Amino acid sequence: MSWSVHLPALMLAVPLFGAFSTPIVALGGRRARMIWSVLISSVLLVLSFCLLQYVATEGTAVYVMGGKAWNLTLPSGMAYPVRIILEVDSFNSFIAVIGCFASLAGVLFGLRFLDRFSGKVWYSSLYFLLTAGMLGLILTGDLFNFFVFLEIASVSSFGLIAYWRDRPESIEASFKYMLVSQVAAMMVLLAIGFLYGRYNLLNMAAVGKVIQFGLAEKVALVFMITALAMKCGAFPMHMWMPDAYAEAPASVTVLLVVVSQASLVGLCRIVFSVFGSAIVGDVVPWALITLGMISMFFGVSMAVVQHEVKRLMGYHSVSQVGYMLMAFGVGLLAMGDPRQMADFGMTSMKGGIFHMVNYVTYKGLLFLVAGALYYVTGTRDLDKMGGLAKRMPFTTFMFVIAAAAISGIPPFNGFVSKLLIYESSFAVHPALSVVALVTSILTLASFVKVFQTAFLGPEKKEFSKVKEVPASMVLGMAVLTVVILGLSLFPTWVVSHLVEPAATALVDKGAYIGAVLGGGI
Amino acid sequence: MMANLPFVVVGLLFLMGLIAIIAENNLFKIAIGVGVMESAANMFLVVLGYRLKGDIPVKFLPGPVDVYVLPTPQALTLTAIVIALATSALMLSLIVMLYRHYGTLDVREIRRLRG
Repeated sequence: MSWSVHLPALMLAVPLFGAFSTPIVALGGRRARMIWSVLISSVLLVLSFCLLQYVATEGTAVYVMGGKAWNLTLPSGMAYPVRIILEVDSFNSFIAVIGCFASLAGVLFGLRFLDRFSGKVWYSSLYFLLTAGMLGLILTGDLFNFFVFLEIASVSSFGLIAYWRDRPESIEASFKYMLVSQVAAMMVLLAIGFLYGRYNLLNMAAVGKVIQFGLAEKVALVFMITALAMKCGAFPMHMWMPDAYAEAPASVTVLLVVVSQASLVGLCRIVFSVFGSAIVGDVVPWALITLGMISMFFGVSMAVVQHEVKRLMGYHSVSQVGYMLMAFGVGLLAMGDPRQMADFGMTSMKGGIFHMVNYVTYKGLLFLVAGALYYVTGTRDLDKMGGLAKRMPFTTFMFVIAAAAISGIPPFNGFVSKLLIYESSFAVHPALSVVALVTSILTLASFVKVFQTAFLGPEKKEFSKVKEVPASMVLGMAVLTVVILGLSLFPTWVVSHLVEPAATALVDKGAYIGAVLGGGI
Repeated sequence: MMANLPFVVVGLLFLMGLIAIIAENNLFKIAIGVGVMESAANMFLVVLGYRLKGDIPVKFLPGPVDVYVLPTPQALTLTAIVIALATSALMLSLIVMLYRHYGTLDVREIRRLRG
């Protein structure tokens, strides 16, 4: 038996070990803590690549927690799975790799960024706990386990958002996020209760196999979609997002971006792998599309008027999540009809998944750039900045790449995923792609504003002595820049080797169920 | 009707919690609202696992038992209670810190983050 079968469990064990060992290692001094943090997140990145490779060659990986054997999903002839089972297919292994990249970038950036503050040991500990929660949300195949990881991620992010606890705004942002998270978590718990009460099952695949669309399931679905849309920041429930993203340290914001995507992964799992073809009627897909369109438009229109660089980017997150919701809604709309699925449904799913990945990379990078600006200028107000391009050449270069990618300028990765979304949503209704295009143009406008005010223009007197940020911070930003450039330079390879298998895995409910229960639907 | 009474209570409790979170202005009352919601969710799980005239799921003394109460929802509830404990503690500590910064518990006055 090769060790690679244990990869899904190691993906959770390594960050958890990192979280609890960091305070002990930190007794060895500042240097030991830094090396240990980088080591843990690098190991995690390597493991995630191994897992991606394993899933690509061996098919869906299944791991039974606490079982006699790692793949004994139905112990002693039972008809349904009883233990916590991790299920990793091409979809969640791909998202996990990007999550690990973002985690490494955040660790590297945070090394010097937080140097002048206290409480870094607990920061590192919570950071790895948040990483574990994020990976758990992505990899788990069990409904209750999903709730537990949702809460692990929430509790650690409450602590991290309130890291600057002498700032009243940080505490306020953390409290706001906590209220939204707790309401969302309780709704998830109720939804799990409804499904459990109906089927006596907690495994997503097993529920997906027997599910029928009755009243209890409808209530569960409404609770799940509302709660997870709250957690990923869709429009009417978005108010925590700009506050939390702006007030958390930049290195944490990167990870919060991935956590919001992890909630979206959960939403996709519920909608596609648990309910699947049971909900292809018009209501749910159009609800997702409407939610996406409103988020897109309102998010970006609120972003344009912001003066604080991180709040501006926070509002952009709302609009970017809108793109993905719309893409998944269009995919779900086409799911009932094989011809529509081939025509535009699959394109839409590919666009949605690719956009998720791209969003993590460029949004993460943009938040790190905002952190770098804060590090050198001590302010987040755009009106007080100016002429920083000459002083910070690397940061400027990376900002331009990220801004071009988020605005969908060819040849960057954002362009590829947005093109897929425009194409497929046009087939449903031209108005959808019009909204998406307008959003894209407004995004470009607001980032031109940031570039113009912060980096160009006359040099401000008070910033005449600023220098480029320290090397480790540049390295943290460079990690994400390299990923963006990689995704941008080889879009055809990425789409056909990573995104397409991911989209196929997501819409193929039978394969997901077959991985755990053997026989498919 | 009597069999559905617990579910009605769960629904009422959940709504009460939600209304407290939305309508109350005192931070502590909001925290209590969250607690009420958590209790509603936990009660829902426990009620789901109840079987009419069922015995406790883990029994140490031997005796004739026909029906057991389901153990899984109870295990889930225990986990959820522990998590709720952690979040409540964190929430109360944040409230204390907010009070220190603003000198009030009224959410209408704690509004530096706008728009």
